[in-house]
Amino acid sequence: MQGNILSIEELSIAFALHGQQNEVVRKVSFRIPAGKTVALVGESGSGKSVISQAIMGLLPKAGGITHGRILFRKSAHGEDASKGQIVDIAGFERDGEDIRDLRGDHIGMIFQEPMSSLSPVHTIGDQIEEALQLHRPVPKDQARAKTEEMLKLVGFRDPHASYDKYSFELSGGLRQRAMLAMALICRPALLIADEPTTALDVTIQAQVLDLMRSLQNEFGMAILLITHDLGIVANLADEVVVIYHGEIMEAGTVEDIFRNPQHPYLKALIRALPQFDMKPGERLVALRDAKQDLGALVGTRRHAPAATASDVILSVRNLRKTYGSRKAGWFGASSAGVVAVDDVSFDIKRGECLGLVGESGSGKTTVSKLMMRAVKPDSGSIVFNSGSEAIDLMALDEERLRAFRPKMQMIFQDPVSSLSPRMTVLNIIREPMEIHGDGTPEEQTRRVTELMSAVGLDPRFLNRYPHSFSGGQRQRIGIARALALNPELIVCDEPVSALDVSVQAQILNLLKDLQKELGLTYMFISHNLAVVDYMANRIAVMAHGRIVEIAPRHALFNRPMHPYTRALLKAVPFADLDRPLDFNYLSRGSASDTRLWGPAFVEEAGGTSLGSLDLGDGHFVLAKPNADLKDLQA
Amino acid sequence: MNVMPPAGPLGSGPLPHYVSNAPFDPKAAEKLSPAQERIYLASQWQLMWIKFKRHRLALVSGAFLLALYLMILVCEVLAPYENQSRHTDFIRAPPQSLHIFDNGTLRSPFVYGYVYKLNLENLKREYTVDTNQVHPIRFFCSGDSYRFWGLFTADFHLVCPAKDGQMFLLGTDRLGRDMLSRIIYGARISLTVGLIGIFISFGLGILLGGLAGYYGGTFDMLTQRAIEIVHSLPHIPIWLALASVIPASWSPILVYFAITIILGLMDWTGLARSVRSKLLALREEDYVLAAQLMGARTPRIVGRHLIPGFMSHLIASATITIPKMILGETALSFLGLGLRPPITSWGVMLNEAQNINVVALYPWLMIPVVPVILVILAFNFFGDGLRDAADPYH
Repeated sequence: MQGNILSIEELSIAFALHGQQNEVVRKVSFRIPAGKTVALVGESGSGKSVISQAIMGLLPKAGGITHGRILFRKSAHGEDASKGQIVDIAGFERDGEDIRDLRGDHIGMIFQEPMSSLSPVHTIGDQIEEALQLHRPVPKDQARAKTEEMLKLVGFRDPHASYDKYSFELSGGLRQRAMLAMALICRPALLIADEPTTALDVTIQAQVLDLMRSLQNEFGMAILLITHDLGIVANLADEVVVIYHGEIMEAGTVEDIFRNPQHPYLKALIRALPQFDMKPGERLVALRDAKQDLGALVGTRRHAPAATASDVILSVRNLRKTYGSRKAGWFGASSAGVVAVDDVSFDIKRGECLGLVGESGSGKTTVSKLMMRAVKPDSGSIVFNSGSEAIDLMALDEERLRAFRPKMQMIFQDPVSSLSPRMTVLNIIREPMEIHGDGTPEEQTRRVTELMSAVGLDPRFLNRYPHSFSGGQRQRIGIARALALNPELIVCDEPVSALDVSVQAQILNLLKDLQKELGLTYMFISHNLAVVDYMANRIAVMAHGRIVEIAPRHALFNRPMHPYTRALLKAVPFADLDRPLDFNYLSRGSASDTRLWGPAFVEEAGGTSLGSLDLGDGHFVLAKPNADLKDLQA
Repeated sequence: MNVMPPAGPLGSGPLPHYVSNAPFDPKAAEKLSPAQERIYLASQWQLMWIKFKRHRLALVSGAFLLALYLMILVCEVLAPYENQSRHTDFIRAPPQSLHIFDNGTLRSPFVYGYVYKLNLENLKREYTVDTNQVHPIRFFCSGDSYRFWGLFTADFHLVCPAKDGQMFLLGTDRLGRDMLSRIIYGARISLTVGLIGIFISFGLGILLGGLAGYYGGTFDMLTQRAIEIVHSLPHIPIWLALASVIPASWSPILVYFAITIILGLMDWTGLARSVRSKLLALREEDYVLAAQLMGARTPRIVGRHLIPGFMSHLIASATITIPKMILGETALSFLGLGLRPPITSWGVMLNEAQNINVVALYPWLMIPVVPVILVILAFNFFGDGLRDAADPYH
């Protein structure tokens, strides 16, 4: 097919805020060739989603197009696209006849969060059919046939039964497939995908990306892919547009962008991305570096821990936790529990960083809460070795637990919810010291200032409230608060997953520096393998509440044994054109689907139970004790 | 290289590699305008005020309420007559209108006097305006003597009728008492009844809702059931039953407090529910977990993290429930079971307008309804504005 389906010319968009016009998109021009994929890449706040809203005529009321044109080639279905009539979407009336005619029929859209984009009170079949009936009214039985055909195309195994399902009965991946079916039922010439896989696990993400590719081949539609993930771009896009702060920084074919990046912004963005093959000691380069001054903190460490390889700081044995078995009031029946954590054992050595990876629902956050004793386990033991004595965390009563708290602290995932909106930064960081009565108020304030400089925040910000900080800065505040009590072990629960790539590199570097200078021990939880690879010395992989593999970092990445680990590793998209995703391998199914694991890794009813198999060099895998290593590698 | 190649109206061909010549300013996204700077440095309460100021109607209502509450501090001075002073020559006199022109000449404000005649056919008191009697109004004057807040005797008024003259701008009641003065005195009772009641229901609501939300379990279940039972009771009969229990021998001031307690006891349920649900939501916030993991004790978590978190929201919902209290008092007093004379409240005054004949013949006896409506509307607008301002997602 020839020609462009969409061409944006010098588009500017402004939002009214407090009576002022704020330009968020400035003279942006790019094109989408028919049948091709164009990726619009940028950080949050760069204006990429605003552009997609403008194309669909969905700009919020406060926003408006101030300059430029959005030209779309509108052609009747089945007609040669090059003959279509050219319309300017920028000139359309808001929610008028013209734009409604385009939406859904000629341009389809899918969103990041498939749960909130599907109505819970209609079946998915009804919702898909509605899109069809709005534009191509057909008799009911034909519509159902068409809808089921579409469901089959997007990968529903039983389209007839799925038609009558509700969105909450489907998994995240299937919901996104249903969204795709709804967007594509009218065979649009252009599909806008706004962060279509950000909310999904890596293996599901790879499958959805694969599906988008194959549907594109089948329907010949163009895709505008909006994402912050360069790995997805490298695997899917034909042309790439890099946008920063509302302006295009660089545009070109995917080859140009990845093999020959020119603009300093793009180069910085690529350098900030953690890669798998980084050499030991290699550092990420953050886009903007904040000055950190660790000097004052180093002096306040209570003792310089002499880290020896065999010195275990925390040892967890046979931890088990079941949820949902509580009684539900007078008349409610008690339900059987869901096993969140099942027989988990591991050691953390002093001075190391133990990574914990797994997909959502694998139980990794529950493990962190059990370790912190925020949740009580059903059984198992957690022993903390302070160097002079072994403390059994399960045996501590309230008072002794309180006294123990300073040794172990936590950094949270959500930088918004983890800081009280009603306290100043000074009070937030000072609070742990107040609780434990550490020093006089003057000493506390001085230490807060030291902590602020240590995490790279300007101490002049002390009297500000959290809402005035960006996500990365808020995460720094959280880190400063965790450090305030001089902990020995810090549990980091997905500390960078809510942050942009450029900010992520800063925070990771900060955590690394702190670990080195202060001799900290980390437990680092993440779903992002590249991030764990950058941070951790050893990595544990969790699935279905169990640790399926635990190994030193290089061993896990070079010689993964468990099929789950292998599938996870294969599903990570690289920002590298020479390492494309193996879509054939990934289309088999979800990594956590035990049917694909092979007999050596699955427990059968009445069969031998699984045990930790020692492969040498601290590499353990969960398998049948009698399994042959050769079988495993097969 | 630095100009975006003209794509042309849907032109084609291979995409040239375009690189912007704009420098990369890493801080561009973080720069703040002065307006943003101001918002960034504001505390939660300041942010609330900024948002509240945008709500014009709420702002005006707030100012109106503030003026009313300031007024009740000095109602003795503002009212032209003393609360209980009777004018037996002017029983149920209609409102006099205020004039500034007398036979075409401008003069200071005055009222014309009344000539009274009893209509012997229907026994209606008839007052006719006598334009020969001019009663100029005096300002900053001595008039009826009163005991200011019951503390000392004074006779200073902001406005008084002419010496030996009258000024009944809103008419008089069946004992010849000036309606305007009594409405001003009644505000003192009617407006504070809501406040004291709200403090009681606020205290009960925070205590019971807070305990239920924080501890959960059996206590939560019992509180929830108790709330449901209180909710299911029809309000007016319960008020009546409780009010009729108050001994007739009690002094009016004791009755006043008893009524406010009754109102508070019936109203805490809504607040308890919103406290409980807010607590349940806030308990899930990471910063509360963070405080627990730091080793904070329960009182600290509740006092430093939970209560400040929902206080603004609670104050807003409390504001919206004050009108319910005022209406409750008015209804009780109207039925004769609430406050009793000599205490003057708007409800007590309306008690006189129970008879349809009275309302038809002397419609000005209904005037106390006007301040009730105004105050309730003002509280609703004000509370609405507060709630919007306290809502972080607005």
